[in-house]
Amino acid sequence: MSSWRIYSTRRGKAAFWTALCLLTVCAGAVSLLAGSVELSPRAVLDALTGADTASTAARIVRYTRLPRTCAAMLAGAALAVSGAVIQTVLNNPLASPGIIGVNSGAGLAVALLCAMAPAAQQYAPLAAFAGALAGVGLIMILARATGAARITVVLAGVAISNLFSAGIDAVVTLAPEALNGVTDFRIGGFTGVTMAKIAPAAGMILVSLLLVCSLAKQMEVLALGGDIAESLGLAVRPVRFALLALAAALAGAAVSFSGLLSFVGLIVPHILRRLVGEESLPLLIGSALGGALFVTVCDLIARVLFAPFELPVGIVLAFAGAPFFLWLLFHQRGGRT
Amino acid sequence: MIRLENLTAGYGGTPVIRGISLDFRPGEVLALLGPNGCGKSTLLKAALGLLPAMDGQVLYDGRDIRQMKRKEIARQAAFLTQSRNTPSIQALRMVLHGRFPYLSYPRQYRKEDYAIARAAMDATGARAYEHANVSQLSGGQRQGVYLAMTLAQDTPTVFMDEPTTYLDIRHQLAIMETARELARAGKAVVLVLHDLPLALREADRAAVLADGQLLAWDTPEAVYAAGVLDQVFGVTVHRTDTPHGPQYYCTPRED
Repeated sequence: MSSWRIYSTRRGKAAFWTALCLLTVCAGAVSLLAGSVELSPRAVLDALTGADTASTAARIVRYTRLPRTCAAMLAGAALAVSGAVIQTVLNNPLASPGIIGVNSGAGLAVALLCAMAPAAQQYAPLAAFAGALAGVGLIMILARATGAARITVVLAGVAISNLFSAGIDAVVTLAPEALNGVTDFRIGGFTGVTMAKIAPAAGMILVSLLLVCSLAKQMEVLALGGDIAESLGLAVRPVRFALLALAAALAGAAVSFSGLLSFVGLIVPHILRRLVGEESLPLLIGSALGGALFVTVCDLIARVLFAPFELPVGIVLAFAGAPFFLWLLFHQRGGRT
Repeated sequence: MIRLENLTAGYGGTPVIRGISLDFRPGEVLALLGPNGCGKSTLLKAALGLLPAMDGQVLYDGRDIRQMKRKEIARQAAFLTQSRNTPSIQALRMVLHGRFPYLSYPRQYRKEDYAIARAAMDATGARAYEHANVSQLSGGQRQGVYLAMTLAQDTPTVFMDEPTTYLDIRHQLAIMETARELARAGKAVVLVLHDLPLALREADRAAVLADGQLLAWDTPEAVYAAGVLDQVFGVTVHRTDTPHGPQYYCTPRED
């Protein structure tokens, strides 16, 4: 694969990482600058540094654009890393938190929490984690029960995902006001996010990212296959469980404030796998950056395309993600066998 | 030395191998022979502790494997598996993972790990493509990388499950040569092989499995002379002396 050859030279590697970091930072900057109200870079900078806290411009930046940019980057990074981990642990490039029911499990838990205990919304990330873990747990049990045929696991995940989605629909129908706080929940979007709302999830995401990276070597050995990993002295079961629990925490935390964002967890790790290969640490860090970049850009498009009206970012993700994923599928050369 | 004592093991409560007692002796290449489904792979997995014993025991230098940690086992026995994932990573990086059992905090491979990995790649001829991506290598090259990973584990016992399957003849002979060298260096080498002539010619000892039971465990000459292989495989095995030592070949059984 030509992409690997670019990455396999030292200069190519350096260029690749510089470009990825720069692009992510630029996307973040543009996301702060662009919107239905035009603001000068100077005004945005003043608002961010705290030099200006009173003007309308400052309030737009501090209470709308900054939370939104943070939300997009955090959700993108979390979902992409979650996808990279799930694909590796289940040894299935088709798996992702969206497809196997991790996202919808988290979503159902959040919906139930909002409907039954509207006052306890600050616990949404925890509820989402529990729901995501339930999704992962069901998949693991089914994988073991069915002998873990790779396609069976994905199909079982699709079924579970639909089941949880039906649960969300039921909650939304029976208690229509429950999810008002989480706009565009079914599609996924960042309208109305506040710093206070993303803070607990942000903590969970950052800690989980660090923990996943600390398990990178174990994950890489696991990717060699269960028997090989075990004969190399890796405690396969606990490592698998720990990684999936972290993947659930990441996806759950993202879902708790962004709703059911699709495609990020599937295509971003796919692209990164092609670019940097399957060495775990670069794959994880690249997925985090790539996910943040992808969702931020899609959110930008969602905001400016029909300004002053905005689309939920989930729609843009699907419009951009689905064709791109198909293109990836039909251009598979070399790589995994 | 690894010793199996009256070992019974299998899947889901159904035994696949029954009552097997066998030693894997240092300095010897042992060929494990038997028809498909007779339990050769099950035997290897049980000997490595990847599959729990249902009865009997697996002893590593007299210690029951159930009392050993995974890492301790991994420093005693390496396993070249038959089926595997081929991740898209650099060949050298993969071989380095053979040093995983020796890693301690902070889990970074050290200089000597790199030296051992490179030496292992030299031994299997994989050094030339150490920077290549494993997923882009040919079958023979890939086997060289996997074998190097197994060697980098530097264990007294090495198990290989069908190491020559799907390889061209040059790579097959290279694998056998590596196995012989390991045995000369005092290691116990255990190979599951389907190529009877190759196995009988190259191994120091052969163990014949059929239907989960050990039918013979002796030198190739003795196993041949006993006629066990004819009976188990339903063919006629012949032996002939050549300038290159005794060679074996098989013909269909004449009824």
